[in-house]
Amino acid sequence: MAPDQDHLYRLRNRPFAEKLVDLGFKNITIALASVVAVVLFAILIVVFQGSLESMGRYGLEFLVTSNWNPVDDEYGAGAAIYGTLLTSLLSLIIAVPLGVGTAIFITENIIPQSIRNLLGLMVELLAAIPSVVLGLWAIFVMEPFIRPALEFLHTAFHWLPMFSTPPMGPGTIPAVLILVVMILPIITAISRDSLNQVPGKLRQAAYGVGTTRWGAIINVILPAAVSGIVGGVMLALGRAMGETMAVTMIIGNSNNFSFSLLAPGNTIAAMLANQFGEADGSQVSSLMYAAFVLIVLTLGVNVMARWLVKRLSLKY
Amino acid sequence: MSFTSSRRTTDGLPDLSYQPRAARNVGSRVLTVVAAIFSGIAVLPLVLVLGYVLIKGGSTISLNLFTELPPPPGLEGGGIANAIVGTLVVTLVAALIAIPVGVGGGIYLAEYSRSGWFAQFIRFGTNVLSGVPSIIAGVFIYGTIVTSRVLFGNAYSALAGGMALAILMLPTVIKTTDEGLKLVPDDLRRAALGIGASRFVMIARITLPTAFTPIATGVVLSIARAAGETAPLIFTALFSPYWSDLISGDGLLAPIASLSVLIYNFAIMPYEFHNQLAWSASFVLVAMILFLNLLSRWLGRFASR
Repeated sequence: MAPDQDHLYRLRNRPFAEKLVDLGFKNITIALASVVAVVLFAILIVVFQGSLESMGRYGLEFLVTSNWNPVDDEYGAGAAIYGTLLTSLLSLIIAVPLGVGTAIFITENIIPQSIRNLLGLMVELLAAIPSVVLGLWAIFVMEPFIRPALEFLHTAFHWLPMFSTPPMGPGTIPAVLILVVMILPIITAISRDSLNQVPGKLRQAAYGVGTTRWGAIINVILPAAVSGIVGGVMLALGRAMGETMAVTMIIGNSNNFSFSLLAPGNTIAAMLANQFGEADGSQVSSLMYAAFVLIVLTLGVNVMARWLVKRLSLKY
Repeated sequence: MSFTSSRRTTDGLPDLSYQPRAARNVGSRVLTVVAAIFSGIAVLPLVLVLGYVLIKGGSTISLNLFTELPPPPGLEGGGIANAIVGTLVVTLVAALIAIPVGVGGGIYLAEYSRSGWFAQFIRFGTNVLSGVPSIIAGVFIYGTIVTSRVLFGNAYSALAGGMALAILMLPTVIKTTDEGLKLVPDDLRRAALGIGASRFVMIARITLPTAFTPIATGVVLSIARAAGETAPLIFTALFSPYWSDLISGDGLLAPIASLSVLIYNFAIMPYEFHNQLAWSASFVLVAMILFLNLLSRWLGRFASR
């Protein structure tokens, strides 16, 4: 080795400036990552602190009483909480078969690939339509269209508590239907992904022992994909609970409790959207309390979704 | 060896041919038809909503729409120009906040600490934050920024609206950055470090450019989603029937119009002309959002080539 080339083989000492940039950049990214945690805790703290006054005044009674009266300064979110749970669960009952059925149809080899891709693209684009546009459509197109059917339900089944009031436009059923439209893409997309991840060997084995297409789907493929599908359904439930605009435009925003699905109702999110702008004093605190309940509900559902996905995943 | 099937061919061998009338085959076909009908029902809303937005909104598109202010309640004539500008401004503010924070956080998760406890905690937090209802982001910004008047004494403002939207964009941007960077082969990292690059140079010159397409796809999608959000804006950015003063910058600290809030406000007004404006605004908004969605798809396809 020639002595004048010696410097080429010596390890370079990193200059101070380079180390500083490196360390500084790492710390900046740590700080930026922490923003997520800070925002999350700040949301919880701000909403919890805002609701303290109302929590102290009403306690847990707030969750079951349903008089919402800004004039007398009396608040209870029972009707809104009931409406939140009712609309989200009903929409789930309708959307799960539709979404999973669609996912099966576009993952199975029933129709040509290009048509399946088109169907998948259309369902994904449905998720991109803003909820306020769906609300506009629900007010002016969907609700007038289904009104005759709702009137028939009332005249034929008015002895049932759930159809006991005449439909007057906005109500719980139209809100449920528009929620179905909003959560369908989530269920379809996640079910489709988990169905696609089922190993082809399982399907071939099922066909090999002589089952039919749906024998394979029901007994082999769906059980293998169940963890992803359940996760998607739970995420959709969380979305349905927190969905605001389309619901507030079509549910009627009535705080009077009613068993009738044809009567106007309310959800926590719709109540927040409607009243937060004009609220003051203890009404703000009560709305914050309702918002806190909504956060607890959606966080609970999301955490449970993740837990269920872990529990249900099949090992194969 | 015995066969459960009693069906035999004339040679006495079991008949293995397809029996179209067997109950299980009929059942299978019925279920296929049911699945087809369900898919039809699932895409029906998209066709109907797009159709109505196209017919009711598209039929009234005129130049006035893009140049004039909305009319006062009860009057006719005018456009939605300030709301179009407002949506662009608020979404831009949100993107300027969420993209640096989200990409930076994603870099930390993917490049510095893939499985450390803090990274796992942040990943969990990102998932939880993405499940927070959009209206809660509005409530949060109202409780912190709007009521405290921390932005130079202004309550409702375009900046506050942008911040609320940024909270909604943040989880998507972090997740796509994290996952995009994880797709970069480790060989590239080792090669860069091996020839003496520092960590920072490796990220800035090698891994980030390699992961540009998946990150850009996710960012464009999150912008599209933010542009259509209404709930976080109704009590942060509020609404304004006037032009925002964007040249001096005061418009950023004042209430600002946006297409989504305009649709909400005008849809529930009892005036036909305002309802019509809501449809026109829907057309413009949906066109913007679908364009962004197709753009992100094109970006994705561009990458896979």
